[in-house]
Amino acid sequence: MKFERYGIGIAKGMVLTFRHLFRPPITVQYPEEKLVVSRRIRGNELVWFPDKCTGCATCAKSCPQGNIEIVTHVGSENNYVVDKFEIDTGRCMMCGLCVEACPYEALAMGLSYERAQYRRRQLVLSKEELQPSDIRQPSGYARPKIEATLPKQSLLVDWDREREEGGQKLSLVPLSKKRGRGV
Amino acid sequence: MMTLLEQFQLWLASIWPDWAAYITPAIVGIVVVLIFVLVMVIVFIWFERRLLGRFQIRLGPNRLGPEGIFQPLATALKVLLKEDIVPTKADKLVHWLAPVIVFVPILLVFAVVPFGKGAIFTDLNVGIVYVVAISSISVVGIFMAGWASNNKYALIAALRTVAQMVSYELPVVMSILGVVLMVGSLSMTQIVDAQKIPFILLQPLGFIIFFLGAVAEMNRSPFDLLEADSEIVAGYHIEYSGMKFAMFYLGEYGHALAYSCIIATLFLSGWQGPLLPPIIWFVIKIIAVFFVIVWMRSTLPRLRVDQLMSFAWKGLLPMAVINLFIVAAEVLWLAESLLWVMVLVNIAVAGVLILLWSRLFTLGGGRVEV
Repeated sequence: MKFERYGIGIAKGMVLTFRHLFRPPITVQYPEEKLVVSRRIRGNELVWFPDKCTGCATCAKSCPQGNIEIVTHVGSENNYVVDKFEIDTGRCMMCGLCVEACPYEALAMGLSYERAQYRRRQLVLSKEELQPSDIRQPSGYARPKIEATLPKQSLLVDWDREREEGGQKLSLVPLSKKRGRGV
Repeated sequence: MMTLLEQFQLWLASIWPDWAAYITPAIVGIVVVLIFVLVMVIVFIWFERRLLGRFQIRLGPNRLGPEGIFQPLATALKVLLKEDIVPTKADKLVHWLAPVIVFVPILLVFAVVPFGKGAIFTDLNVGIVYVVAISSISVVGIFMAGWASNNKYALIAALRTVAQMVSYELPVVMSILGVVLMVGSLSMTQIVDAQKIPFILLQPLGFIIFFLGAVAEMNRSPFDLLEADSEIVAGYHIEYSGMKFAMFYLGEYGHALAYSCIIATLFLSGWQGPLLPPIIWFVIKIIAVFFVIVWMRSTLPRLRVDQLMSFAWKGLLPMAVINLFIVAAEVLWLAESLLWVMVLVNIAVAGVLILLWSRLFTLGGGRVEV
Protein backbone atom coordinates (compact mmCIF):
# COMPACT_ATOMS: atom_id res chain seq x y z
CA MET A 1 0.00 0.00 0.00
CA LYS A 2 1.38 3.33 -1.00
CA PHE A 3 0.93 6.22 1.37
CA GLU A 4 1.87 9.03 -0.98
CA ARG A 5 -1.69 10.33 -1.02
CA TYR A 6 -2.34 9.80 2.66
CA GLY A 7 -0.36 12.56 4.28
CA ILE A 8 2.84 10.57 4.66
CA GLY A 9 4.69 13.64 3.44
CA ILE A 10 3.97 15.42 6.70
CA ALA A 11 5.41 12.53 8.68
CA LYS A 12 8.46 12.43 6.44
CA GLY A 13 9.04 16.13 6.91
CA MET A 14 8.68 15.87 10.66
CA VAL A 15 11.21 13.04 10.78
CA LEU A 16 13.60 15.06 8.63
CA THR A 17 13.55 18.11 10.89
CA PHE A 18 13.84 15.87 13.93
CA ARG A 19 17.04 14.40 12.49
CA HIS A 20 18.36 17.92 12.01
CA LEU A 21 18.01 18.40 15.74
CA PHE A 22 20.92 16.03 16.33
CA ARG A 23 23.27 17.49 13.76
CA PRO A 24 26.05 19.72 15.07
CA PRO A 25 25.20 23.36 14.38
CA ILE A 26 27.09 24.92 11.50
CA THR A 27 27.28 28.33 13.16
CA VAL A 28 30.78 29.76 13.42
CA GLN A 29 30.91 31.89 16.53
CA TYR A 30 33.15 34.43 14.97
CA PRO A 31 35.38 36.17 17.45
CA GLU A 32 36.03 32.90 19.30
CA GLU A 33 35.93 30.53 16.37
CA LYS A 34 37.49 31.24 13.00
CA LEU A 35 37.60 29.22 9.85
CA VAL A 36 40.81 28.70 7.93
CA VAL A 37 40.66 31.13 5.03
CA SER A 38 41.61 30.36 1.46
CA ARG A 39 45.32 29.85 0.92
CA ARG A 40 45.25 32.42 -1.88
CA ILE A 41 43.18 35.00 -0.01
CA ARG A 42 43.73 38.64 -0.81
CA GLY A 43 43.30 39.62 2.80
CA ASN A 44 43.11 43.33 3.43
CA GLU A 45 46.76 43.86 4.15
CA LEU A 46 50.09 43.65 2.35
CA VAL A 47 53.35 42.09 3.50
CA TRP A 48 56.70 43.54 2.40
CA PHE A 49 60.00 41.61 2.59
CA PRO A 50 62.79 44.23 2.81
CA ASP A 51 65.63 41.78 2.13
CA LYS A 52 64.13 40.76 -1.22
CA CYS A 53 63.14 44.26 -2.31
CA THR A 54 65.46 45.97 -4.80
CA GLY A 55 63.64 49.26 -4.79
CA CYS A 56 62.71 48.97 -8.49
CA ALA A 57 59.27 50.59 -7.86
CA THR A 58 57.45 48.25 -10.26
CA CYS A 59 54.77 47.87 -7.61
CA ALA A 60 54.29 51.63 -7.38
CA LYS A 61 53.90 51.89 -11.16
CA SER A 62 51.43 49.01 -11.33
CA CYS A 63 49.17 50.40 -8.63
CA PRO A 64 46.00 51.80 -10.26
CA GLN A 65 45.48 54.29 -7.45
CA GLY A 66 49.07 55.25 -6.88
CA ASN A 67 48.90 54.21 -3.26
CA ILE A 68 52.48 53.04 -2.95
CA GLU A 69 55.02 55.70 -2.20
CA ILE A 70 58.64 54.60 -2.58
CA VAL A 71 61.74 56.74 -2.11
CA THR A 72 65.24 55.36 -2.76
CA HIS A 73 68.82 56.50 -3.02
CA VAL A 74 71.82 54.80 -4.66
CA GLY A 75 73.86 52.82 -2.19
CA SER A 76 77.56 51.90 -1.98
CA GLU A 77 77.27 48.80 -4.22
CA ASN A 78 75.45 50.69 -6.96
CA ASN A 79 72.13 49.39 -5.62
CA TYR A 80 68.96 51.09 -4.53
CA VAL A 81 68.48 51.58 -0.80
CA VAL A 82 64.83 51.99 0.14
CA ASP A 83 64.33 55.08 2.30
CA LYS A 84 60.59 55.15 2.37
CA PHE A 85 58.05 52.51 1.48
CA GLU A 86 54.52 53.56 2.36
CA ILE A 87 51.22 52.04 1.36
CA ASP A 88 47.97 53.93 1.92
CA THR A 89 45.70 50.96 2.67
CA GLY A 90 42.82 53.35 3.14
CA ARG A 91 42.63 53.76 -0.61
CA CYS A 92 43.89 50.28 -1.47
CA MET A 93 41.27 48.06 -3.08
CA MET A 94 43.28 44.88 -2.59
CA CYS A 95 43.44 44.15 -6.31
CA GLY A 96 46.80 42.43 -5.93
CA LEU A 97 48.33 43.99 -9.06
CA CYS A 98 51.40 45.15 -7.15
CA VAL A 99 51.94 41.62 -5.85
CA GLU A 100 51.62 40.18 -9.34
CA ALA A 101 53.94 42.84 -10.78
CA CYS A 102 56.79 42.42 -8.30
CA PRO A 103 59.64 40.59 -10.14
CA TYR A 104 61.45 39.61 -6.91
CA GLU A 105 58.50 38.35 -4.86
CA ALA A 106 59.20 41.03 -2.31
CA LEU A 107 55.56 41.96 -1.84
CA ALA A 108 52.71 39.60 -0.92
CA MET A 109 49.06 39.83 0.08
CA GLY A 110 48.36 39.05 3.75
CA LEU A 111 46.32 36.32 5.38
CA SER A 112 44.58 38.50 7.93
CA TYR A 113 41.26 40.18 7.32
CA GLU A 114 40.93 42.06 10.58
CA ARG A 115 42.64 45.34 9.90
CA ALA A 116 40.01 47.87 10.97
CA GLN A 117 41.35 51.04 12.57
CA TYR A 118 39.86 53.97 14.42
CA ARG A 119 41.84 56.69 12.62
CA ARG A 120 42.40 57.37 8.94
CA ARG A 121 46.11 58.00 9.41
CA GLN A 122 46.60 54.58 10.97
CA LEU A 123 45.79 53.07 7.59
CA VAL A 124 48.92 54.58 6.01
CA LEU A 125 51.49 51.89 6.70
CA SER A 126 55.23 52.58 6.96
CA LYS A 127 57.91 50.12 5.91
CA GLU A 128 58.38 48.91 9.49
CA GLU A 129 54.69 48.09 9.82
CA LEU A 130 54.59 46.29 6.49
CA GLN A 131 57.25 43.74 7.34
CA PRO A 132 56.17 40.16 8.12
CA SER A 133 55.62 39.32 11.77
CA ASP A 134 53.59 36.87 13.84
CA ILE A 135 50.35 38.66 13.12
CA ARG A 136 51.26 39.66 9.55
CA GLN A 137 51.68 36.52 7.49
CA PRO A 138 51.84 36.42 3.68
CA SER A 139 49.15 34.57 1.75
CA GLY A 140 49.72 32.39 -1.31
CA TYR A 141 48.22 34.89 -3.76
CA ALA A 142 50.44 34.79 -6.87
CA ARG A 143 53.06 33.13 -4.65
CA PRO A 144 52.92 29.34 -5.25
CA LYS A 145 55.86 28.67 -2.92
CA ILE A 146 54.10 30.30 0.03
CA GLU A 147 50.83 28.69 -0.93
CA ALA A 148 52.33 25.21 -0.63
CA THR A 149 53.20 25.83 3.02
CA LEU A 150 49.76 27.05 4.13
CA PRO A 151 46.97 24.90 5.59
CA LYS A 152 43.96 24.12 3.40
CA GLN A 153 40.83 26.20 3.65
CA SER A 154 38.08 24.78 5.87
CA LEU A 155 34.87 24.54 3.89
CA LEU A 156 31.71 22.79 4.95
CA VAL A 157 30.94 21.57 1.43
CA ASP A 158 34.24 19.75 1.15
CA TRP A 159 33.78 17.80 4.34
CA ASP A 160 33.03 14.15 3.61
CA ARG A 161 31.28 12.74 6.64
CA GLU A 162 31.75 9.06 5.79
CA ARG A 163 35.46 9.24 5.12
CA GLU A 164 36.11 12.14 7.50
CA GLU A 165 38.29 13.90 5.00
CA GLY A 166 38.36 16.69 2.45
CA GLY A 167 37.95 20.23 3.68
CA GLN A 168 37.89 20.44 7.43
CA LYS A 169 35.42 19.59 10.12
CA LEU A 170 33.80 22.81 11.09
CA SER A 171 34.24 22.30 14.80
CA LEU A 172 38.03 22.61 14.59
CA VAL A 173 39.37 26.12 14.58
CA PRO A 174 42.98 25.97 13.55
CA LEU A 175 43.56 29.61 12.60
CA SER A 176 45.79 30.63 15.45
CA LYS A 177 44.65 33.25 17.92
CA LYS A 178 47.89 35.13 17.44
CA ARG A 179 47.33 35.56 13.75
CA GLY A 180 43.65 36.29 14.14
CA ARG A 181 43.89 39.12 16.63
CA GLY A 182 44.56 42.12 14.46
CA VAL A 183 45.77 45.60 15.39
CA MET B 1 -11.48 17.88 48.54
CA MET B 2 -10.40 21.39 49.41
CA THR B 3 -7.82 23.28 47.45
CA LEU B 4 -4.67 24.51 49.19
CA LEU B 5 -5.88 28.10 49.00
CA GLU B 6 -9.14 27.20 50.75
CA GLN B 7 -7.23 25.47 53.52
CA PHE B 8 -5.02 28.54 53.80
CA GLN B 9 -8.12 30.70 54.06
CA LEU B 10 -9.59 28.53 56.82
CA TRP B 11 -6.35 28.67 58.76
CA LEU B 12 -6.14 32.44 58.32
CA ALA B 13 -9.72 32.87 59.48
CA SER B 14 -8.78 31.46 62.88
CA ILE B 15 -6.20 34.19 63.51
CA TRP B 16 -7.16 37.15 61.29
CA PRO B 17 -10.43 39.02 60.83
CA ASP B 18 -12.80 37.58 58.23
CA TRP B 19 -12.27 40.14 55.48
CA ALA B 20 -8.48 39.79 55.60
CA ALA B 21 -8.72 36.02 55.56
CA TYR B 22 -10.98 36.31 52.55
CA ILE B 23 -8.75 38.63 50.53
CA THR B 24 -5.22 37.42 51.38
CA PRO B 25 -5.39 33.90 49.87
CA ALA B 26 -6.72 35.35 46.63
CA ILE B 27 -3.82 37.81 46.38
CA VAL B 28 -1.30 35.10 47.23
CA GLY B 29 -2.81 32.84 44.56
CA ILE B 30 -2.81 35.58 41.94
CA VAL B 31 0.83 36.44 42.64
CA VAL B 32 1.91 32.79 42.49
CA VAL B 33 0.07 32.16 39.22
CA LEU B 34 1.39 35.40 37.74
CA ILE B 35 4.97 34.50 38.64
CA PHE B 36 4.49 31.04 37.17
CA VAL B 37 3.11 32.50 33.93
CA LEU B 38 5.83 35.13 33.52
CA VAL B 39 8.68 32.75 34.32
CA MET B 40 7.31 30.08 32.04
CA VAL B 41 6.74 32.55 29.22
CA ILE B 42 10.37 33.65 29.46
CA VAL B 43 11.46 30.00 29.49
CA PHE B 44 9.20 29.32 26.51
CA ILE B 45 10.61 32.18 24.45
CA TRP B 46 14.15 31.06 25.18
CA PHE B 47 13.27 27.40 24.57
CA GLU B 48 11.61 28.14 21.26
CA ARG B 49 14.44 30.28 19.95
CA ARG B 50 17.11 27.79 20.94
CA LEU B 51 15.11 24.81 19.67
CA LEU B 52 14.22 26.49 16.41
CA GLY B 53 17.90 27.23 15.97
CA ARG B 54 18.81 23.61 16.48
CA PHE B 55 16.11 22.49 14.04
CA GLN B 56 17.72 24.77 11.45
CA ILE B 57 21.25 23.60 12.42
CA ARG B 58 21.94 26.96 14.02
CA LEU B 59 22.81 27.65 17.63
CA GLY B 60 20.20 30.21 18.54
CA PRO B 61 20.82 32.96 21.08
CA ASN B 62 23.58 31.79 23.44
CA ARG B 63 25.40 34.92 24.50
CA LEU B 64 23.49 36.44 27.39
CA GLY B 65 23.76 34.39 30.54
CA PRO B 66 24.29 30.63 30.63
CA GLU B 67 23.13 29.22 27.28
CA GLY B 68 21.46 32.54 26.50
CA ILE B 69 18.71 32.17 29.11
CA PHE B 70 18.59 35.95 29.73
CA GLN B 71 18.05 36.80 26.06
CA PRO B 72 14.23 37.04 26.46
CA LEU B 73 14.74 39.51 29.33
CA ALA B 74 16.98 41.65 27.15
CA THR B 75 14.45 41.46 24.32
CA ALA B 76 11.65 42.42 26.70
CA LEU B 77 13.66 45.36 27.99
CA LYS B 78 14.40 46.50 24.46
CA VAL B 79 10.75 46.28 23.44
CA LEU B 80 9.60 48.14 26.54
CA LEU B 81 12.01 51.03 25.98
CA LYS B 82 10.90 51.58 22.40
CA GLU B 83 8.77 54.52 21.36
CA ASP B 84 5.04 53.92 21.52
CA ILE B 85 3.68 54.91 18.13
CA VAL B 86 -0.04 55.36 17.45
CA PRO B 87 -1.10 56.02 13.85
CA THR B 88 -2.72 59.41 13.31
CA LYS B 89 -5.98 58.05 11.99
CA ALA B 90 -6.14 55.12 14.39
CA ASP B 91 -9.05 54.65 16.75
CA LYS B 92 -7.06 55.70 19.81
CA LEU B 93 -9.17 54.12 22.54
CA VAL B 94 -9.62 50.78 20.81
CA HIS B 95 -5.97 50.77 19.78
CA TRP B 96 -5.02 51.21 23.42
CA LEU B 97 -7.51 48.67 24.72
CA ALA B 98 -6.76 45.83 22.30
CA PRO B 99 -3.51 44.49 23.82
CA VAL B 100 -5.13 44.37 27.25
CA ILE B 101 -8.11 42.42 25.95
CA VAL B 102 -5.76 39.98 24.23
CA PHE B 103 -3.65 39.40 27.30
CA VAL B 104 -6.06 39.35 30.23
CA PRO B 105 -8.21 36.33 29.16
CA ILE B 106 -5.05 34.27 28.80
CA LEU B 107 -4.12 35.04 32.39
CA LEU B 108 -7.65 34.17 33.48
CA VAL B 109 -7.31 30.68 31.98
CA PHE B 110 -4.65 29.81 34.56
CA ALA B 111 -7.21 30.16 37.33
CA VAL B 112 -8.45 26.62 36.66
CA VAL B 113 -5.18 24.91 35.77
CA PRO B 114 -4.25 22.33 38.43
CA PHE B 115 -0.54 22.44 39.24
CA GLY B 116 -0.68 19.63 41.80
CA LYS B 117 -2.97 17.92 44.26
CA GLY B 118 -5.23 20.76 45.42
CA ALA B 119 -2.82 23.29 43.97
CA ILE B 120 -5.35 25.11 41.83
CA PHE B 121 -6.46 28.71 42.07
CA THR B 122 -10.13 27.86 42.06
CA ASP B 123 -11.66 24.47 41.44
CA LEU B 124 -14.61 25.47 39.27
CA ASN B 125 -17.09 22.69 38.65
CA VAL B 126 -17.35 23.88 35.03
CA GLY B 127 -13.61 24.38 34.64
CA ILE B 128 -13.17 23.26 31.06
CA VAL B 129 -16.19 25.22 29.85
CA TYR B 130 -14.70 28.26 31.57
CA VAL B 131 -11.44 27.70 29.68
CA VAL B 132 -13.19 27.47 26.33
CA ALA B 133 -15.33 30.52 27.05
CA ILE B 134 -12.54 32.74 28.38
CA SER B 135 -9.84 31.89 25.88
CA SER B 136 -12.12 32.83 22.98
CA ILE B 137 -12.35 36.41 24.22
CA SER B 138 -8.82 37.21 23.10
CA VAL B 139 -10.07 36.98 19.49
CA VAL B 140 -12.06 40.13 20.17
CA GLY B 141 -8.83 41.83 21.21
CA ILE B 142 -7.10 40.76 18.02
CA PHE B 143 -10.02 41.98 15.93
CA MET B 144 -10.00 45.29 17.80
CA ALA B 145 -6.27 45.63 17.13
CA GLY B 146 -6.77 44.98 13.43
CA TRP B 147 -9.68 47.38 13.19
CA ALA B 148 -8.20 50.20 15.24
CA SER B 149 -4.84 50.19 13.43
CA ASN B 150 -6.52 51.63 10.33
CA ASN B 151 -4.26 49.51 8.18
CA LYS B 152 -5.36 47.20 5.40
CA TYR B 153 -2.98 44.40 6.36
CA ALA B 154 -4.05 44.56 9.98
CA LEU B 155 -7.70 44.44 8.95
CA ILE B 156 -7.13 41.43 6.68
CA ALA B 157 -5.37 39.70 9.54
CA ALA B 158 -8.22 40.51 11.90
CA LEU B 159 -10.82 39.09 9.54
CA ARG B 160 -8.73 35.99 9.01
CA THR B 161 -8.45 35.52 12.75
CA VAL B 162 -12.17 35.68 13.27
CA ALA B 163 -12.81 33.15 10.52
CA GLN B 164 -10.11 30.87 11.87
CA MET B 165 -11.23 31.06 15.48
CA VAL B 166 -14.88 30.46 14.69
CA SER B 167 -13.96 27.42 12.61
CA TYR B 168 -11.50 25.82 14.98
CA GLU B 169 -13.52 26.40 18.13
CA LEU B 170 -15.96 23.68 17.06
CA PRO B 171 -13.58 20.71 16.68
CA VAL B 172 -11.74 21.76 19.82
CA VAL B 173 -14.91 21.74 21.90
CA MET B 174 -16.06 18.48 20.29
CA SER B 175 -12.81 16.75 21.21
CA ILE B 176 -13.02 18.11 24.75
CA LEU B 177 -16.50 16.55 24.98
CA GLY B 178 -14.94 13.11 24.49
CA VAL B 179 -12.78 13.63 27.55
CA VAL B 180 -15.69 15.01 29.53
CA LEU B 181 -17.81 11.98 28.63
CA MET B 182 -15.17 9.64 29.99
CA VAL B 183 -14.63 11.56 33.20
CA GLY B 184 -18.25 12.47 33.79
CA SER B 185 -17.26 15.88 35.11
CA LEU B 186 -16.24 19.29 33.81
CA SER B 187 -13.96 20.06 36.74
CA MET B 188 -10.25 20.17 35.91
CA THR B 189 -9.19 18.45 39.14
CA GLN B 190 -11.55 15.57 38.50
CA ILE B 191 -10.34 15.27 34.92
CA VAL B 192 -6.81 14.83 36.26
CA ASP B 193 -7.92 12.42 38.98
CA ALA B 194 -9.77 10.26 36.46
CA GLN B 195 -6.68 9.65 34.33
CA LYS B 196 -5.31 6.35 35.60
CA ILE B 197 -3.81 6.03 32.14
CA PRO B 198 -3.32 9.26 30.17
CA PHE B 199 -6.21 10.08 27.85
CA ILE B 200 -3.80 10.41 24.94
CA LEU B 201 -3.86 6.60 24.81
CA LEU B 202 -7.59 6.32 25.36
CA GLN B 203 -8.43 9.00 22.80
CA PRO B 204 -5.60 9.44 20.32
CA LEU B 205 -7.94 10.94 17.74
CA GLY B 206 -9.40 13.39 20.23
CA PHE B 207 -5.89 14.40 21.23
CA ILE B 208 -4.79 15.01 17.66
CA ILE B 209 -7.90 17.06 16.90
CA PHE B 210 -7.58 19.08 20.07
CA PHE B 211 -3.87 19.60 19.52
CA LEU B 212 -4.25 20.84 15.94
CA GLY B 213 -7.23 22.97 16.91
CA ALA B 214 -5.30 24.44 19.80
CA VAL B 215 -2.31 25.24 17.59
CA ALA B 216 -4.70 26.96 15.19
CA GLU B 217 -6.30 28.90 18.03
CA MET B 218 -3.02 30.12 19.41
CA ASN B 219 -2.14 31.25 15.87
CA ARG B 220 1.09 29.42 15.56
CA SER B 221 2.68 28.03 12.45
CA PRO B 222 1.46 26.28 10.28
CA PHE B 223 -1.79 28.09 11.10
CA ASP B 224 -0.24 31.53 11.62
CA LEU B 225 -2.23 33.13 8.85
CA LEU B 226 -3.00 36.24 10.80
CA GLU B 227 0.63 37.25 11.13
CA ALA B 228 1.87 35.75 7.90
CA ASP B 229 5.02 37.80 7.39
CA SER B 230 5.29 37.02 3.72
CA GLU B 231 1.70 37.96 2.90
CA ILE B 232 0.42 40.62 5.28
CA VAL B 233 3.67 41.84 6.86
CA ALA B 234 2.97 41.29 10.55
CA GLY B 235 -0.80 41.07 10.61
CA TYR B 236 -2.77 42.63 13.43
CA HIS B 237 0.19 44.03 15.38
CA ILE B 238 1.72 45.82 12.42
CA GLU B 239 0.93 49.24 13.90
CA TYR B 240 1.99 48.40 17.42
CA SER B 241 5.28 49.08 19.14
CA GLY B 242 6.72 49.43 22.59
CA MET B 243 4.72 48.28 25.58
CA LYS B 244 1.62 47.40 23.55
CA PHE B 245 3.58 45.17 21.22
CA ALA B 246 5.16 43.55 24.27
CA MET B 247 1.65 42.75 25.49
CA PHE B 248 0.84 41.03 22.20
CA TYR B 249 4.12 39.16 22.28
CA LEU B 250 3.53 38.09 25.86
CA GLY B 251 -0.03 37.18 24.95
CA GLU B 252 1.12 34.99 22.09
CA TYR B 253 3.45 32.96 24.26
CA GLY B 254 1.00 33.09 27.16
CA HIS B 255 -1.57 31.58 24.84
CA ALA B 256 0.85 28.82 23.89
CA LEU B 257 1.58 28.24 27.56
CA ALA B 258 -2.11 28.18 28.47
CA TYR B 259 -2.95 25.67 25.77
CA SER B 260 0.08 23.56 26.67
CA CYS B 261 -1.24 23.48 30.23
CA ILE B 262 -4.74 22.51 29.06
CA ILE B 263 -3.41 19.78 26.75
CA ALA B 264 -1.20 18.42 29.52
CA THR B 265 -4.14 18.43 31.90
CA LEU B 266 -6.71 16.94 29.57
CA PHE B 267 -4.68 14.33 27.74
CA LEU B 268 -1.35 13.77 29.50
CA SER B 269 -2.74 13.14 33.01
CA GLY B 270 -1.77 16.60 34.27
CA TRP B 271 0.47 16.68 37.32
CA GLN B 272 0.34 12.93 37.93
CA GLY B 273 3.53 10.97 37.64
CA PRO B 274 5.86 8.75 39.62
CA LEU B 275 8.81 9.82 41.81
CA LEU B 276 9.10 13.51 40.90
CA PRO B 277 6.96 16.17 42.62
CA PRO B 278 3.73 17.12 40.76
CA ILE B 279 4.83 20.58 39.65
CA ILE B 280 7.96 19.14 38.01
CA TRP B 281 5.89 16.58 36.15
CA PHE B 282 3.52 19.29 35.05
CA VAL B 283 6.32 21.49 33.74
CA ILE B 284 7.90 18.51 31.95
CA LYS B 285 4.60 17.79 30.25
CA ILE B 286 3.89 21.33 29.13
CA ILE B 287 7.44 21.64 27.78
CA ALA B 288 6.94 18.37 25.89
CA VAL B 289 3.74 19.72 24.34
CA PHE B 290 5.49 22.96 23.44
CA PHE B 291 8.34 20.99 21.93
CA VAL B 292 5.92 19.36 19.48
CA ILE B 293 4.46 22.78 18.65
CA VAL B 294 7.90 24.18 17.86
CA TRP B 295 8.70 21.04 15.91
CA MET B 296 5.61 21.58 13.76
CA ARG B 297 6.52 25.22 13.31
CA SER B 298 9.97 24.34 12.07
CA THR B 299 8.66 21.73 9.63
CA LEU B 300 5.34 22.58 8.10
CA PRO B 301 4.69 25.41 5.65
CA ARG B 302 1.85 27.83 6.23
CA LEU B 303 -1.61 26.84 5.00
CA ARG B 304 -3.58 28.85 2.49
CA VAL B 305 -6.79 30.46 3.73
CA ASP B 306 -9.09 28.05 1.87
CA GLN B 307 -6.97 25.08 2.95
CA LEU B 308 -7.25 26.29 6.52
CA MET B 309 -11.02 26.50 6.30
CA SER B 310 -11.45 23.16 4.58
CA PHE B 311 -9.12 21.51 7.07
CA ALA B 312 -11.34 22.68 9.92
CA TRP B 313 -14.75 22.06 8.39
CA LYS B 314 -14.11 19.01 6.22
CA GLY B 315 -11.33 17.44 8.22
CA LEU B 316 -11.34 18.09 11.92
CA LEU B 317 -15.05 18.65 12.53
CA PRO B 318 -16.40 15.38 11.01
CA MET B 319 -13.63 13.43 12.67
CA ALA B 320 -14.42 15.08 16.00
CA VAL B 321 -18.10 14.18 15.65
CA ILE B 322 -17.28 10.55 14.81
CA ASN B 323 -14.82 10.45 17.71
CA LEU B 324 -17.50 11.79 20.02
CA PHE B 325 -19.99 9.09 18.97
CA ILE B 326 -17.44 6.30 19.34
CA VAL B 327 -16.40 7.48 22.79
CA ALA B 328 -20.03 7.81 23.83
CA ALA B 329 -20.75 4.26 22.65
CA GLU B 330 -17.73 2.93 24.49
CA VAL B 331 -18.61 4.71 27.70
CA LEU B 332 -22.15 3.42 27.45
CA TRP B 333 -21.53 -0.25 26.60
CA LEU B 334 -17.94 -1.10 27.43
CA ALA B 335 -17.17 -2.21 30.99
CA GLU B 336 -14.60 -0.38 33.07
CA SER B 337 -12.35 -3.42 33.18
CA LEU B 338 -11.92 -3.43 29.41
CA LEU B 339 -9.91 -0.20 29.41
CA TRP B 340 -7.07 -1.63 27.36
CA VAL B 341 -9.48 -2.99 24.75
CA MET B 342 -10.75 0.57 24.48
CA VAL B 343 -7.19 1.83 23.99
CA LEU B 344 -6.56 -0.59 21.12
CA VAL B 345 -9.93 0.05 19.46
CA ASN B 346 -9.48 3.80 19.65
CA ILE B 347 -5.96 3.76 18.27
CA ALA B 348 -7.15 1.59 15.36
CA VAL B 349 -10.12 3.89 14.75
CA ALA B 350 -7.85 6.93 14.83
CA GLY B 351 -5.49 5.40 12.29
CA VAL B 352 -8.28 4.40 9.91
CA LEU B 353 -10.04 7.76 10.15
CA ILE B 354 -6.85 9.73 9.56
CA LEU B 355 -6.07 7.59 6.51
CA LEU B 356 -9.56 8.06 5.12
CA TRP B 357 -9.61 11.79 5.69
CA SER B 358 -6.09 12.50 4.47
CA ARG B 359 -7.28 11.36 1.03
CA LEU B 360 -9.42 14.50 0.95
CA PHE B 361 -6.51 16.87 1.24
CA THR B 362 -4.22 15.80 -1.54
CA LEU B 363 -2.90 18.64 -3.59
CA GLY B 364 -5.23 19.74 -6.39
CA GLY B 365 -7.78 17.09 -5.51
CA GLY B 366 -5.28 14.39 -6.41
CA ARG B 367 -4.93 15.49 -10.02
CA VAL B 368 -1.65 17.33 -9.72
CA GLU B 369 1.46 15.27 -9.28
CA VAL B 370 3.74 16.65 -6.61
